[in-house]
Amino acid sequence: MELKDLYREIVNDHNINPLHKYEMEDPDIVLRGVNPSCGDDIILMLKVKDGIITDASYTGCGCAISQASVDMMIDNVIGLTRDDALSRIEIFLGMIDGTVTDEKQLEELDEAMYLSAVSHMPARVKCAVLGWRTLKKILTENTEGTIPGK
Amino acid sequence: MTVHTIRRDFELFRSEDPPVYFDNSATTQKPDYVIRAAEDFYKSSNANPLRGLYDLAMDATDRYEDARKTVASFIGAGDPSEVIFVRNTTESLNLVSECIASAVEIKEGDNIVVTVSEHHSNLLPWQRLSRRTGASLVFIEPDMTGLISDGELEKKITEKTRLVSVAHVSNVWGRENPVKKIISAAKSVGAVTVIDGAQAVAHTEVDVSMLDCDFYAFSGHKMLAPMGIGVLYGRKDLLEKMDPYMLGGEMIEYVTREDATYAEIPHKFEAGTVNAGGAAGLAAACRYISKTGFNYIRDQENRVTEFLMKEMRRIPGVEIYGSKEPSEHHGIISFNIKDCHPHDVASILNEDHICVRAGHHCAQPLMQYMGIGSCVRASVYAYNTLNEAQRFINCVSRVRKVLGY
Repeated sequence: MELKDLYREIVNDHNINPLHKYEMEDPDIVLRGVNPSCGDDIILMLKVKDGIITDASYTGCGCAISQASVDMMIDNVIGLTRDDALSRIEIFLGMIDGTVTDEKQLEELDEAMYLSAVSHMPARVKCAVLGWRTLKKILTENTEGTIPGK
Repeated sequence: MTVHTIRRDFELFRSEDPPVYFDNSATTQKPDYVIRAAEDFYKSSNANPLRGLYDLAMDATDRYEDARKTVASFIGAGDPSEVIFVRNTTESLNLVSECIASAVEIKEGDNIVVTVSEHHSNLLPWQRLSRRTGASLVFIEPDMTGLISDGELEKKITEKTRLVSVAHVSNVWGRENPVKKIISAAKSVGAVTVIDGAQAVAHTEVDVSMLDCDFYAFSGHKMLAPMGIGVLYGRKDLLEKMDPYMLGGEMIEYVTREDATYAEIPHKFEAGTVNAGGAAGLAAACRYISKTGFNYIRDQENRVTEFLMKEMRRIPGVEIYGSKEPSEHHGIISFNIKDCHPHDVASILNEDHICVRAGHHCAQPLMQYMGIGSCVRASVYAYNTLNEAQRFINCVSRVRKVLGY
């Protein structure tokens, strides 16, 4: 997929009309993710109940790819258990670094699978993985599923 | 001379369908003449300079010291021993900040003055020196076009000022700072003056004797020379008083088990085996630029910059930072497109083989001061053409549409 098509078909919509970009009231976990070299900067907010991500949102600024990718990720992980969310994250990260190519697995990512084009754009990899990397950090550092880190 | 005769000197521009290279503030392309000079050193004069007693080593030493003389004359240094070869501007500025306190007293209550538009390389070393000495770091604040007023200078350079370090040309605004005024204000209160010339040397004549600064730092790779060779010009009496930066081979006079005395300048500051091939390349770059002439370089840069700025102003949503006057940009045009993140802009330009920089340009305090997170920077040099500028304009005018606006 060419860059222009990537923007047109998937990124622009999530960047301009994001579904999950807002400040959440009373989140259980808040974590900031930053790409220091390019200035992408997001704050990810989660509600977690009984080990399930019941709601998620984000705020911040960054390039269209970074913002759209977070929006799609949140779409994808709401309702998942911690372990299922982690496995989705691994599929996404694997897709971007080219180690996961199995169509069946990629389909689990829903719309986010179209970001596979980024695996051929080394300069944009960091943008695409920012949200996923941040969520992974939250989930792996809070193994109990009950999150203190407000 | 035309731009096309110059372009023939560069392999990249001779290639079929070369990219539009508008990232010259990051690093310039290198002409054959420079690459050959560096290569020639290794092919025919390669021995470790300053050490051997055989003919080949003496030839290597001569080439290295000849390079120093060429650079000294290029920047108007009175004495070649005032030219110290380093890796780049960053190393030069670190050297001064690490070693200056051994020659000049800087203490609590004193001020170190920079501008808010400095590259991180001319900020972080002074932050550290101020923490170590207890001196305060004071910021000269230009207006939003990059202009520094006389009043601002008077307010910030005071009796407390011990050192002033400013960019000759800003790497974001492209604007020349009033360095002559700044230096003379600093001299009048007895402060040391350091000029970061990274964005100036390739674009305008630099004469350190006329400027009367204490230090002048620049990189070779931003002026057609190889990466990994740069220069610190320093006033002789200060360099002689300063302790060396690094210790090791070929910077000594005499060494015992417990102690050492150091070599004369410049060797005192050039510990270890030097970058002689790079120095030969840098000397060749000085000759190439002198032959091309700053009149021609300025004319061509201005021609392209003027066209770019005029056309960019007609594109809805484009905001250009800095002076309205193209000739005050030294080939640097920093800008943003409404609603479009600079990285998306750079990626879209890249699809059309146009190279620009996007981000904070190692000047985060300036980005904060300007109230932006980042911006796109197109920077042209004497080998860029109006044709390339037109390709850039065509692409920039499509960016908002590609991003869905």
